[in-house]
Formats: sequence, structure tokens, C-alpha cells
Amino acid sequence: MNEPVKKVAEIIPDEGIDAGLARLTEDRIENTILRVLNGETGARLKVYVETCIHCGLCSEGCHYYLSYDKDPRYSPAGKVKQTLWEMIRKKGRVDKAFMRQAVVIAATQCNMCKRCAMYCPFGIDVAYLMSVVRRITHLLGLTPQYIQATAHSHSVNMNQMWIKEDEWPDTLQWQEDEARSEIPHLRIPLEKEGADIMYSVIGPEPKFQAQLIYQAAVIMNVAGVNWTMPATPGWDNSDMAMFTGDNELMGRIKRVHFETAGRLKVKKIVMGECGHAFRSVYDMGNRWLGWKMPPIPVFHAIEFYYDMIREGRIRIAQKYAEPVTFHDPCNVVRGRGLHEKARYVVNAMCDTLIEMHPNREHNYCCCAGGGVINCGPPYKMVRIDGNRIKAEQLFAVKARGARTLIAPCHNCHSGLEDINHYYGLEMNIKFIGDILYQVMKKP
Amino acid sequence: MADTIAWDWQTGEKSIPVGNSNSRFEWVEEPYVSYDGERVASIVNIAEGEFTVCVNGQTWENPFEKIWHLRFTADDRLTALVSDAGEWTLAVDGVSWENRFGYVWNPLFSQDGRSIAVSFQQDRQYGMALNDVPWEETYGNLTDPVLSPDGNHTAASVQVIPTGEVEIRKFQQGTISAAKDGVVWDRPFVNVWRKAMNLNGDLAAEVRLTLYDYTIAVNGSPWEKTFGGVWEPIFHPISGAVIAPVRVKGKWYLAEEGRLLWSTPFDQLWHPVVSPDGKCIVAIVATGFGKWTVAVDGRAWRHVFSDFVTDMTFSSDSRKIAVIVKDKERWSIAVQGTAWNNTFDMIWKPVFSPDGAHVAAKVERGGKYTMALDDRLWRQDCEAAWDPLFSPDGTRLLVKTIEDGTYFRRVIPVGEFG
Repeated sequence: MNEPVKKVAEIIPDEGIDAGLARLTEDRIENTILRVLNGETGARLKVYVETCIHCGLCSEGCHYYLSYDKDPRYSPAGKVKQTLWEMIRKKGRVDKAFMRQAVVIAATQCNMCKRCAMYCPFGIDVAYLMSVVRRITHLLGLTPQYIQATAHSHSVNMNQMWIKEDEWPDTLQWQEDEARSEIPHLRIPLEKEGADIMYSVIGPEPKFQAQLIYQAAVIMNVAGVNWTMPATPGWDNSDMAMFTGDNELMGRIKRVHFETAGRLKVKKIVMGECGHAFRSVYDMGNRWLGWKMPPIPVFHAIEFYYDMIREGRIRIAQKYAEPVTFHDPCNVVRGRGLHEKARYVVNAMCDTLIEMHPNREHNYCCCAGGGVINCGPPYKMVRIDGNRIKAEQLFAVKARGARTLIAPCHNCHSGLEDINHYYGLEMNIKFIGDILYQVMKKP
Repeated sequence: MADTIAWDWQTGEKSIPVGNSNSRFEWVEEPYVSYDGERVASIVNIAEGEFTVCVNGQTWENPFEKIWHLRFTADDRLTALVSDAGEWTLAVDGVSWENRFGYVWNPLFSQDGRSIAVSFQQDRQYGMALNDVPWEETYGNLTDPVLSPDGNHTAASVQVIPTGEVEIRKFQQGTISAAKDGVVWDRPFVNVWRKAMNLNGDLAAEVRLTLYDYTIAVNGSPWEKTFGGVWEPIFHPISGAVIAPVRVKGKWYLAEEGRLLWSTPFDQLWHPVVSPDGKCIVAIVATGFGKWTVAVDGRAWRHVFSDFVTDMTFSSDSRKIAVIVKDKERWSIAVQGTAWNNTFDMIWKPVFSPDGAHVAAKVERGGKYTMALDDRLWRQDCEAAWDPLFSPDGTRLLVKTIEDGTYFRRVIPVGEFG
């Protein structure tokens, strides 16, 4: 764990950024920056910019900074200094080389996890400042290739995995068939108008992880809830447009999601174990459209499991024996405060919970969220090297006996798997639903 | 909607037992009721991998391996998506279409119920089928399908240039277009989304010319002016003009043929509707953050609602508008800008009497369903209920419910409410 951090190439080729830069002029850069600064920001940006005293207390909040040997370029304030402050100081008159650096920092070196905001004496939200940079780079056509491709998928199919309209209900019916071998009368009710709950997931579930839909169907059926899933676009709650800065597309995706729930006349939306999607439906996408809160209330899976266990609708047959630790995802813990409900669920279904430190709202990020993992293979080692601190945190909790790592977020899962393999942690990484399905009483 | 004059408006109450179905079948799925209220149907499982539909106690003659999306058309034919031997099609009253596909989904029904369209996939190619006639041309992908109001045409967004998932430059040059009755527009766009068709078969759609430039295309030709965003277009039934919400400098306006029609900026504006007489245009709007209401010819109602406004309906005489509103987490109905006093856990689309004097809706409270008429509640709480319908003279309401395992079709004088 003490080996030096590997040198990362200064310039990583990226078709999205490189082709975008080739089309730019400094006039267009200037005009675009000024358009965003003058037309799309307001008091919030002004307060943040004028309040920051460059004290550097945010630095210790950032896993990149900690993992890259406290290199100040990776501190939150340092990232703002290398991007937005310079754009403001120069009134948008920055060059292409600067913009290349800006998009790499904003898109691949900040997970927008908001941990740093808790360490700032003034609560400055650097994630918001990075989102302003991403908005500018989106309008300049500088978004990294892989996450841009994902946004294109959203734009065509209203899901992030290029899943075509027939493939979605077909997958649900396949999982329904599979699950009937375990629970003969199980249903995944499609298009059931007036159900209490619409269950929504993210694109990777039908694409790669259909067993999660199977498990959710078993949990819903055993709990006896009146639920449905839409057979039309609107089923996917994920949103990479939120992270590319394509706010217009973000709004379009969320409108389809909420209007689908409205069409089905459900009273609430329960979503699978995804963090960024929660941020999109609970905070970002809904508000861009003009809704203060989600028009149909949204409940993350943690809250749903909590309610089901607390109400006795899900009972535990035999607790999970292997000692577990729990990773608090940023969007549902710092963003929603679900850390204690998560621990209630984990303690209900597991024999032994060993806390990692720091934990709850102070937990270190997975280094995958905020769209960083969606920037694809070119940046994989930047984020793995950039989260050595997470590996150290996990080695420490493993030394205290934890063998299973629970992470109720898809991005966290993927990022932690990379940490797990690269650093040789050899922990079992699971969703809450994986364990709940395993230990719950079934008919 | 079918002509309701021929329906039975004299018999006060009819009933069909449905609770005993559970003992006849392995399982029974949620019931659906015909518009005239004479038939109640459910998908039922009769053995492993064997399904049929039970209508008023009688099953369809032939079972299927799978059945889903059971729905009545407006002329009260019973449809479902069915599968046999790994092939999918649509069945109407138990009789399958002749054409079979790899998959079918999203059935669309014309307003009179006589036309039915589905999206289909066959050998990884996509198209639509209208009344059992599939498109001759198929495409690599299909989204946002639509059926014209008269049921004569179908249209959808289709992929016209094959593109790899990470070929972002190629995608941004335009790979998507729209196809009407299978025939694709002359040019591709970056995106093509929601559409509208008029009685002449003209097709309008939201399009994106670049990642940043949105506009409306009519029969493949985009408006000259582009915007920061657009929502669904409509055709004006009298003038024939295309109308759509557009976004300019962060605010939403209503535009006609590319020019601003309403000068009032809104934080949000969508679901524009032209009154039946064609004299006014209304839309759901947000006058501020979390302030939702309805605007009539650009003027917002005085009352705003915090959570949601949806399912806007005109009276047939064009004089009144009713809409579902959600305020402070409770659902209700607002008529002409004034919300009912009663609030509910859920509420369904409001229904006007033919003369526009009354508004009724299905409502839910505490897990039970009933009917509300002009903010007054019906006496009966039910296990299930369907949208009410007024008699042609507006004096009676057709109420369809399930109570204690029995389906009831009741004709209730309007005066019985409250």
C-alpha cells in the first residue's frame, strides 16, 4: 500500500475531446463561457466565487487529493482554480489547451460527491462549480467520447444502454419466467395502471444484471406490494446527460420518467440501488423541469427495504453470516441522509456489521460516480490510482474482520470492483438486494 | 369514443361474479372492463406456460403461451398481445392477427377504436403494423410510435444510418429520421421525438439538428428558426398550423410555425391543446419554480399548484377545462382554475358531461375507490373502479366497480351524489 502512485499520462487521447478541440476557435470559447456565466448562472456562483478564501480546508475532503499524495492540483479548490476561476478571471478568453485541461479535470477528476463541501467552512459546493465547467464543455462539444455516447443512447432510447423498446419488456418476461421456477405464481406486472408502486431501474440491469430484476420481483412478490413496471420508455431512471452538462436532454429524460409514472397513476416510484439516478430524479432533473420535488414521490431501494422489514412484510429466515461492512454512497447519504436506514436494513439481515472509517456522510467516494466511470477505459487508471485512499480504508476494515462489502449503488459497485481487483482486496461486493434475497423468508 | 346512445341506460344495476374465478384458474390477473360496462375480463393462467382470457366467465377458445397488455378498444373489442411457439402477435376477441413477429408491443388505438397499431420487431428489424398490415420497410431501431387520430396512418422515429454505440461524430451528423406508414423522410436528424399527425396525414415532430439546436419538422422540413428546446407539436384543427412549446433564453413560449404565438414566458410549458371549437389554445404551465397551473391563450389561471398538473380535458362545448392537480401531496381536480375541496390519494382523468355542466372522476382514498362528481362523493367504497361515463343526456352516470368479489354495472342519476 505504500508504493508510489503511478505516473499518469498528461494527455490521454479521447475522440470526444480531441475532435471537439479541432473545431474550436478562441472566440467561440469566449462566447460560450460568457453565455453560461452571464446567462445560466446567478447568485449561487457569485457567492461561491466571492466567498472562497482559498484556505485549502476542502483538500482533505477529496479522495483524489489524498490518493495523489496531496498534490494540490487534485484539491477541490485547485480544480476550481485550474478551471472556472481562470475562465472568470480572463473573462472567457482562454485557449484550447486550457479547455482540454478543464474538461479532463471536471469530467474525470471530480466525482461530484460533495464530500469537500462538508469540509469547507462556508459550505461551498465544488460539485456545482464543476457542473458549470461541464456545462461549458458540453456547449463547446468537448465531452469525453464514452459518456457522450451514453448521452446519445439516452437521447434515442431514453435509457443509457441502447436497449431497444422490445428488449425491455422481453427481458422482464424472461425474468418473470425464471422466477416462476422458484415462486410459481410470481408476476412482474407490466403497465398495471393504478398500482401503488412503479419500480424503476437503470439500463445496466436489463442489459447485464437481469438477476437484480429477478431478485426485486421476488422481494416485491413476497412483500405483497401492489406494483408495476412500465413497458414503455420511462422505465430507466438513470441520467448521464446530467453529468455531461446537457441539461436539456436531462430534462427530457426526466419528463418521460415522471410522466410515465403519472400515466400509470402510481402513488410512488421505488427505484433500484442506484445513486446517481436518485440524484437525477430527486434533485437535478425534476428541478430543471420546474418541479421543486419529484411530482410522484421517489423512494430509493434502501428506504423501501427499510419499510418492508420494519413493517414485517419481509422477514429474515437466517441472517447472513459472513461479517460485512457498508459503503455509504454519496447521492443517497450526503444527498438524502439514508445512512441510518441502511444500517437498520444491514443489521436486520446480517450477523455482523463492521464499520469502515470514515463512514456515513464522511465516507470516501467510490471514485466511479459523477459520470467518471462512464468516461470509459481511457481514464480507468486515473480513477483507480485516484482512489488509493479507498483501498486503504477497505484494507483497514478487512483487517478488522469484514469480508463482504455492501454498496447500494451501481456506480459504487463498479468502481469498488475495480479497486477490489487492482489492489487485491479480495472482498465480496454485494448489493443489499443480493443479500436480502438470499436471507429472506420465501414461500 | 363509441356512440353511447345505443348503450343500456335503463337498467339500474347489473352484476357479474368475478371472485369465483380464483378457484377455476391457477391465477387471475387484474380485471379490465369494457367501455359500455357489459364485459369484465382478465388474463388467467390455466397451466404451466398456458394462458387465456376470461370474459364474463367464459374463456377464449384458444390458449396462448403468454398474454399481456389486455385492453378494450373504444368500440369495445378486447385485445391482447399474445405469444405462441415463440412468435408474437395481437389477438382481438381471442382471434390472432395473421401476421406473426419476433415481438410486438405498445398497442395504439384510434379514437373510435376501429384501428389498432403495434410496434414490431422481426429478425432485429423494426416497424409498425396497422390493422394486421405491417410496414413494407423496416429499420434498425424504432421509437416514439404514433397512430393518427383517425386511425389511418402510423409513424415513428427510425434509425436510417447504422451507427456503432461509441461513434459519436457519426451520430451527431444525423442517423435518425421519421417514417410515416413505413416511408422515411428525406433527411436524417440527430434526434426525432414526439409527433403529431393531422387528418391529411401530415406529420410533425420534435427534432434536434445538432446537440444544441431544437426545432419542429413538418413532413421532414424543419422550421427555419431553432430553439434551446421544444416539446410536442400539435396541429391546429381549423387553421392547420403547427403549434409547439419552444425554449428561448431559458423560458418557455408557445410558438406557431416557428414564430412566438404567446408573448408570455413561462418556467415550463407543455401539453398544448386546442379547444374543440378551435377558438382557444391552452397548455399546462409553470409560472415559477414549483408553481403549476393552466394557461389559456397565454394567460395563466390565478391559482397555482405545487406538485403536478396533468390530464387536461375540455368540455365538448369548449367553455370549460378540467385538470388533475396535485398540491401539497394531495390529488384533486381543478375546474376553470378552482380546485375541489375534496382531496384524494389518487385521482383519474376528469370526465365532462355532454353539456359541460358536470365533471366526474374515479378517485381513491385509503385503498378504496369511488366516484366524485362536482366535488361530491358517491356513497359506495369499492375494491376496484373504472372511469365514469355520462349518459348522452347528461342526467345519469355509468359507474363500473367491483365490490366483495362481484362486478357491478350501475346507471346512477346524477342527483344521487352528495
